[in-house]
Amino acid sequence: MAFPGLLNYWIVIILMMIGFYIVIAQGNLIKKIVGLNIFQVSVFIFYISIGKVTGGSAPIINDNIEIYSNPLPHVLILTAIVVGVATTALGLAMIVRIKDAYHTIESDEIDDIESAEKEV
Amino acid sequence: MALTAYAAAQTRNLFAVVILSGIFSLLAAVLYVVLNAVDVAFTEAAVGAGISTLLMLATLSLTTDKERAKHQIKIIPLSIVSVTGLLLIFGTLDMPFYGDPNAPTNLHVAPLYISDSMKQTGIPNIVTSVLASYRGYDTFGEVVVIFTAGIGVLALLGHGRNRTRPGKNRNVNLEDENRIS
Repeated sequence: MAFPGLLNYWIVIILMMIGFYIVIAQGNLIKKIVGLNIFQVSVFIFYISIGKVTGGSAPIINDNIEIYSNPLPHVLILTAIVVGVATTALGLAMIVRIKDAYHTIESDEIDDIESAEKEV
Repeated sequence: MALTAYAAAQTRNLFAVVILSGIFSLLAAVLYVVLNAVDVAFTEAAVGAGISTLLMLATLSLTTDKERAKHQIKIIPLSIVSVTGLLLIFGTLDMPFYGDPNAPTNLHVAPLYISDSMKQTGIPNIVTSVLASYRGYDTFGEVVVIFTAGIGVLALLGHGRNRTRPGKNRNVNLEDENRIS
């Protein structure tokens, strides 16, 4: 079976690299969080696509079904999604605090304020 | 999906970015259904597309929805990202093909769960039986993580927050955050 072959991994890698680029290149903190989320979802898709079996159905037992997809990656990712939201919430809370303290959510402006303080 | 992600990287209006990330999550949920992971799709649609987007919109209302200036493509991050991506693609060349029933992941313990979980737990949905029965303690630990995150958010944003630069308080909160990560 030539198609899709390894295509699923490549899609994952493209998404992951977009997320990675947002995290390291963009200065805006909220955008960094969005980038982290994109990165995270790409890892989820990676796991889920590993568990897929051709011709398989969703892993819910039924007498008429012979082949099931692998349920274990699904369980792992269920947990990971919820934990991901917890970390997102915490990150966003920290952004709100940073905005209160520095009146900006651009990381380079925060750096400027910090270095200006050190010189004083 | 890649288009949505790219648009999120390029757009400067943060409101649009947040909505795009919600759309991205929803597309991911659709993809999970296609990949037979219905439980994951439920969770992603509710939690990823719903709660995450809501939290981000709340943050926007508390901060600002304008991103500062137009930024040009930065060479160093772009090259780091390209090199990493190429290395990862090189790494996938050894991976089993999509949907291969003989892939190592699908051979180890997965068949055991598929054949025995109905007898052992009586729950037809294998994902549920693994999550709540075989890995019950793990799921409990997950609840602890969410609880800790909730405490962390309350500690950061709770009442008595000082509007000036935080002093001693802040270090305590950072410790909280470290424990989660």
